[in-house]
Amino acid sequence: MAKMTLEQLRKLREEKKRDIERRETEGKEIRIIVGMGTCGIAAGARVAFDAILAAVERHGIGASVVLAQTGCMGLCHVEPTVEVLVPGMPDTIYGKVDAATATKIVDRHVVARALVNEHIYDRPAADIIRN
Amino acid sequence: MAYRQYMLVCGGTGCESGKSDEIYKRLIAEADAQGVKDAVQIVKTGCFGFCEKGPIVKVLPEESFYVEVKPDDAKEIIAEQAVKGREVKRLLYDKSTRKSNNKIDDIEFYQKQFRIVLRNCGVINPENIEEYIARDGYAALEKALFQMKGEDVIAELKTAGLRGRGGAGFPTWLKWDLTRKAPGDVKYIICNADEGDPGAYMDRSTIEGDPHSVLEAMALAGYAIGSNKGYVYIRAEYPLAIDRLKIAIAQAKEYGLLGDDILGSGFSFDVEIRLGAGAFVCGEETALMRSLEGNRGMPVPKPPFPAISGLWKKPTVINNVETLANIPVIITKGGAWFAKIGTEKSTGTKVFALTGKVNNSGLVEVPMGTTLREIIFDIGGGIRGGKKFKGVQTGGPSGGIIVEKDLDAPISYESLAALGSMMGSGGMIVMDEDDCVVDVSKFYMEFCVDESCGKCAPCRIGTNQMHDILDRITKGKGEEADLARLERIGKAMTKASLCMLGGSAANPTLSTIRHFREEYLAHIRDKKCLTGKCKDLVTYSIDPSKCIGCTLCAKKCPVPCIAGERKQAHVIDASRCVKCGECYAVCKFGAVVKN
Repeated sequence: MAKMTLEQLRKLREEKKRDIERRETEGKEIRIIVGMGTCGIAAGARVAFDAILAAVERHGIGASVVLAQTGCMGLCHVEPTVEVLVPGMPDTIYGKVDAATATKIVDRHVVARALVNEHIYDRPAADIIRN
Repeated sequence: MAYRQYMLVCGGTGCESGKSDEIYKRLIAEADAQGVKDAVQIVKTGCFGFCEKGPIVKVLPEESFYVEVKPDDAKEIIAEQAVKGREVKRLLYDKSTRKSNNKIDDIEFYQKQFRIVLRNCGVINPENIEEYIARDGYAALEKALFQMKGEDVIAELKTAGLRGRGGAGFPTWLKWDLTRKAPGDVKYIICNADEGDPGAYMDRSTIEGDPHSVLEAMALAGYAIGSNKGYVYIRAEYPLAIDRLKIAIAQAKEYGLLGDDILGSGFSFDVEIRLGAGAFVCGEETALMRSLEGNRGMPVPKPPFPAISGLWKKPTVINNVETLANIPVIITKGGAWFAKIGTEKSTGTKVFALTGKVNNSGLVEVPMGTTLREIIFDIGGGIRGGKKFKGVQTGGPSGGIIVEKDLDAPISYESLAALGSMMGSGGMIVMDEDDCVVDVSKFYMEFCVDESCGKCAPCRIGTNQMHDILDRITKGKGEEADLARLERIGKAMTKASLCMLGGSAANPTLSTIRHFREEYLAHIRDKKCLTGKCKDLVTYSIDPSKCIGCTLCAKKCPVPCIAGERKQAHVIDASRCVKCGECYAVCKFGAVVKN
């Protein structure tokens, strides 16, 4: 991308915001986001990431799933954390996700559409940008 | 077939003790009995961080938040919400009962946390500038460049009342204003990312999770004071943060949000990274600037302040990561919005790295005015293993210990200082009854001895002297006059040191002597350490009348120095014992005695 002008920046911001809304309303896309700060990685986030990737491939759902990384969401006592956004289901944050749990999240939550017991945590605060 | 409703039952320690497991089972049984088990999924979750009002049940997608739920409520919750789709009003969390010292009332939230600095952490991909832009990123810079003058930006910060989050709490607007008015063509912006307190990691996490918020704020600072060049001084032992910052700078330049003629406004601003070697003293602003210039990192006397003569003797604004991360939000949402959060003199939020003996350690961001009790017992979920709370160390090696009776003080710069501690960068280490305050003070003093740069005598000699005295107390060789000696040296260091490293190094010791004089005296007079942390002062033995000969302690002993036949009383060979305390911890019959 070349340097932007003011108009281009505004346009890009609107576009990206619309992307997010569309994702929420049309609901075609499944997003799995792994917390990859130093703390997450130290607790095994890379292992969880790889396990999710393997499970997604095994189910052949790679085309509809976006696997992404993010920073620390603050739940250090339950790292590694993984957020799962599946259209039609509540946005869910899973903690203490080892390889087995990561696989279970794909099998149960993403494919069978049911939450995985014992690993759900709450987002720590309301989002000031969206509210 | 997907479920249409989800009931989340909190399975945190606090809620478990309030029978949340029984609630969970009753909900499942009721869902089955009332024929909705295929429509509603009932799951057990981790702590919701609202333990005071537990047990908690949350119903999605309605977002119904039920508090103080009892097992007998299960039937009604299923009958009303799962079958008829109506909320059970009497169990809903009533915001009006929220006890809080805060002025925010127009924001709907049940959580204790409120995230401004960490707004994007754990939300966006930090390596993708477009995700930051989508969440109003660079909107503040855009607003400033095209709708505000430099002084307007500063005025907005003044309205907001933002104060430095590095610890001292100096008003940010004033720092900027002084630098703006200082004579000179060349001025600099520095981001202080030399986070060094043991147990503090909020700045690292902010840069790792949201590097652009810091860059945007630095550009705003440049625009406000008339500077075109910024440096991020970050310690080399934060490799992931450095990588992400590099990516962020490259992307911002590519998109024209840093560099020459930003967005065609005519304003140019460039940011470079400088790596520090991880010296604690380089978090002190004058030492940091010396290090950044390529000299040895040692502080110099103030005044002149950096606003007049800073980096390469040019007027310089130096702010820490957390302070900066607040600024784009203040410009976008307005200073008045920000000033509504927190207390009168300490506005906004503070990020704390909550660690130590709490159940839910983590990075928490709370409005100023929240109490330490709320942070430790609600968000932190209380003390691990149900042990007794002893104290909380805020401000790391520069702060002091805060004890039970002061836990209800609302957090602000002033209140923590009044309690003999300080805000510091925001490390918060919780201690329980098993922690020895003399041992902890010695730990912090050892840290200060290592990190003292050696330039001024009060710090170089004082920290060593205090450490030696603390060390001999922990070895049972202390005398009563040592307490007065510690206080005298501590006071001299506080007054005479060149910078705050020495000026605050005595704080942990002085505050623990103030609150736990008896514990110091027990070490000195009775040669006893009640927690067993000071290994020279403790012996372990086995009470033969209580020992049933289960052999567990002998199996756990690492030496091993515990002998005894199965079903016979065991004996510890004190001459070989390394005093690890394993036997004491594992004995289920209270037979191992600690003296």
